[in-house]
Amino acid sequence: MQFMLLFSRQGKLRLQKWYVPLSDKEKKKITRELVQTVLARKPKMCSFLEWRDLKIVYKRYASLYFCCAIEDQDNELITLEIIHRYVELLDKYFGSVCELDIIFNFEKAYFILDEFLLGGEVQETSKKNVLKAIEQADLLQEVSKCPESIDEEY
Amino acid sequence: MPAPIRLRELIRTIRTARTQAEEREMIQKECAAIRSSFREEDNTYRCRNVAKLLYMHMLGYPAHFGQLECLKLIASQKFTDKRIGYLGAMLLLDERQDVHLLMTNCIKNDLNHSTQYVQGLALCTLGCMGSSEMCRDLAGEVEKLLKTSNSYLRKKAALCAVHVIRKVPELMEMFLPATKNLLNEKNHGVLHTSVVLLTEMCERSPDMLSHFRKLVPQLVRILKNLIMSGYSPEHDVSGISDPFLQVRILRLLRILGRNDDDSSEAMNDILAQVATNTETSKNVGNAILYETVLTIMDIKSESGLRVLAINILGRFLLNNDKNIRYVALTSLLKTVQTDHNAVQRHRSTIVDCLKDLDVSIKRRAMELSFALVNGNNIRGMMKELLYFLDSCEPEFKADCASGIFLAAEKYAPSKRWHIDTIMRVLTTAGSYVRDDAVPNLIQLITNSMEMHAYTVQKLYKAILGDYSQQPLVQVASWCMGEYGDLLISDQCEEEEPIQVTEEEVLDILENVLISNMSASVTRGYALTAIMKLSTRFTCTVNRIKKVVSIYGSSIDVELQQRAVEYNALFKKYDHMRSALLERMPVMEKVTTNGPTEIVQTNGETEPAVLETKPPPSGLQPTSQANDLLDLLGGNDITPVIPTAPTSKPASAGGELLDLLGDLSLTALVPAPQISQPPFLLDGLSSQPLFNDIAAGIPSITAYSKNGLKIEFTFERSNTNPSVTVITIQASNSTELDMTDFVFQAAVPKTFQLQLLSPSSSIIPAFNTGTITQVIKVLNPQKQQLRMRIKLTYNHKGSAMQDLAEVNNFPPQSWQ
Repeated sequence: MQFMLLFSRQGKLRLQKWYVPLSDKEKKKITRELVQTVLARKPKMCSFLEWRDLKIVYKRYASLYFCCAIEDQDNELITLEIIHRYVELLDKYFGSVCELDIIFNFEKAYFILDEFLLGGEVQETSKKNVLKAIEQADLLQEVSKCPESIDEEY
Repeated sequence: MPAPIRLRELIRTIRTARTQAEEREMIQKECAAIRSSFREEDNTYRCRNVAKLLYMHMLGYPAHFGQLECLKLIASQKFTDKRIGYLGAMLLLDERQDVHLLMTNCIKNDLNHSTQYVQGLALCTLGCMGSSEMCRDLAGEVEKLLKTSNSYLRKKAALCAVHVIRKVPELMEMFLPATKNLLNEKNHGVLHTSVVLLTEMCERSPDMLSHFRKLVPQLVRILKNLIMSGYSPEHDVSGISDPFLQVRILRLLRILGRNDDDSSEAMNDILAQVATNTETSKNVGNAILYETVLTIMDIKSESGLRVLAINILGRFLLNNDKNIRYVALTSLLKTVQTDHNAVQRHRSTIVDCLKDLDVSIKRRAMELSFALVNGNNIRGMMKELLYFLDSCEPEFKADCASGIFLAAEKYAPSKRWHIDTIMRVLTTAGSYVRDDAVPNLIQLITNSMEMHAYTVQKLYKAILGDYSQQPLVQVASWCMGEYGDLLISDQCEEEEPIQVTEEEVLDILENVLISNMSASVTRGYALTAIMKLSTRFTCTVNRIKKVVSIYGSSIDVELQQRAVEYNALFKKYDHMRSALLERMPVMEKVTTNGPTEIVQTNGETEPAVLETKPPPSGLQPTSQANDLLDLLGGNDITPVIPTAPTSKPASAGGELLDLLGDLSLTALVPAPQISQPPFLLDGLSSQPLFNDIAAGIPSITAYSKNGLKIEFTFERSNTNPSVTVITIQASNSTELDMTDFVFQAAVPKTFQLQLLSPSSSIIPAFNTGTITQVIKVLNPQKQQLRMRIKLTYNHKGSAMQDLAEVNNFPPQSWQ
């Protein structure tokens, strides 16, 4: 996978994970163009489109679009499963996740993604293990808090 | 100073902004606060501030002043700081900034940290955005962790190793020992990432590939266990056990089985098993089947298995889920060359997909349909394709029209059918037809002598009300000029004869001349047609004379020139007029610019005739053509304006088509044809327009950039004059090898290309060796050879890619 973008129906970016080195300017350009292209798609269309020399796999969950750019030899259908798995993880973690959860806790969305994918590839295929790791890391975060700070760390 | 506001507080506040300006103001205020906080070197709130900065960065605001702060967070001992710090590094830093190298030491320390979650953060960051320098420095640590018994770390280390190898391929060797027992793991995470690592290594190195072939039985066993084992709640997805791992194993098997009989044999059974037992009701099952099909088609599988695979694709085509249909069409497109007959069986389903609502599916179905057309199904297929042409989106029309012409040319069951088909295309998509189609069609029409009357009648009727479709009008004008006598004498028995008078024909041609929808080229056709009719019509010669003389003062230089010369024909050379404007002889399909042909077609101004190969649409006139014009005395040449290429949606299924995106031009703005000087009467020398092929065709440097040089040497086939064999030699003058070198080429649609396997994929540095590859080009129309090439390779740790056009082919290579 080269990158994954999450954006709302209004085109607002909620998460961006890049697995290839690009300048900020390039990332912005790609994001803008891709968001436009995907938002222009009609609901009945298939989840795949060719864009530049990449394959784009996207799926809409409620008000959020999950959009991945994969390479020629990657399997589009399993990418849909990867997206779905990520949504399931978010759902389990936040308890019936909605867009607001991801807006207000974007850093956690990244942490979860980073326990599921690494360098654009799946690192853990067990839902349980991913969630366990996040849980433990969160615990570690709790423990490492300085005594003066109150409930929220940052 | 009060504590900086919390992250969630900030998010809440910013979201209350009602306008962009308001938001910008809030952001600027907060950024200022954060900046001063950074300046105070505040450890307590650094984490909070960076987190806020990351949020604002996501909204699109600049956050580079936080980069160093991320590094400080990473260096902190607090886990929270590290977590946010590494996240910040991954979002704000990349290998373009020197700053990122400062991370290296921190990451090194964290890779050896006592807490696995810290080690995990370091591995993750390195594996996502580590630069080549960082990878070189830290590869040893990664390799160590690859051997740990802690599966949490081992799986991450494996993917980190993948990243290191991608960035610095030379380091691949050092990971080899650690891969020894990877597949013995029970942990699925480790298994999955190990398979990814092995795949990466096998794809990059043929040595690794042969080394790892021995793993095939073990992989087969693991896959078998996944399928046969009962329900495993931890890895279950809709009743299938760990589909992610299954798919990756299938992909690795594909690579290992390719070109290897023994390995292919060893995986035969399991592939059949997966293909028949996998549940197809949900996407996840189909994902596995899809991967299985790809593997079956790529390895040396037995024919029974291949048929099974194609049938799976056939079933996919009938699936309600359009994603599945899309994937099926893509795969069928890949296999249609090798397993043509099997794919033919699914032709009717494929044709049905032409009516799908989804653009991507339609495109694939169209490409596949053209690949499946043959002599047996041409009539039926053409009906469907013409219907498709009628109803499809404009972005398809040009390609569809070209495809139809090609198919019709190859498989037309009768001349009448062929002409009818062409007519149909011209009338339904007349403005999308490519420029080079017009001369081709004209040539086709002249060749069907018995159809002349029929054709000209149909064309006349077609443009009677509507002159907007330029290619149609051009062909019609030409035919009316040539066969006008047949038109008015109603010799045509086939159609209901219509009564056409000379006046009516001239009316139309004059209207074309006047109409502001007519392009300059079209006007040229019309004027010449009118002129030709002066020998074919009897009552209206005066009218023709008048028209011709009017255009003698036309602003359009081309028209003016023609008109002036035609006038001269009437006045001074009237005795030659009938000979000059005689009926055209049948044009040779394989065209040459031999002198004899020019003598025959003396005085004719039609570019389609003189330059008996279709003029290159819109691209620069070749130096060859220029030489010709110079020989005959510098007459005015209409400048050729290159038309803007259409932006074709890239088609993943056909890189060649993608590369051709610029070579194929829309016909919406037809380029003015290169016009031959009309008067060859004066000083025509029978100078051969090409040199006899001397012993040896000069080779050319097709590409030379960034130290990569590609030379082409040529050979002509003795048995088939339309074949040119090009041998490319790629050399590398830089100080580092170029690896994974892939050479791709595309040629215009009238050519066919065959690329044989390259000698290797590595170009050694310092010109110490080359990659050679053979290209065979079939050029039946002896058109000028043009090629677009795409080069991809890895050099100095980064992926390089370049597109270039090769236009300097020596004439001996294609004439």
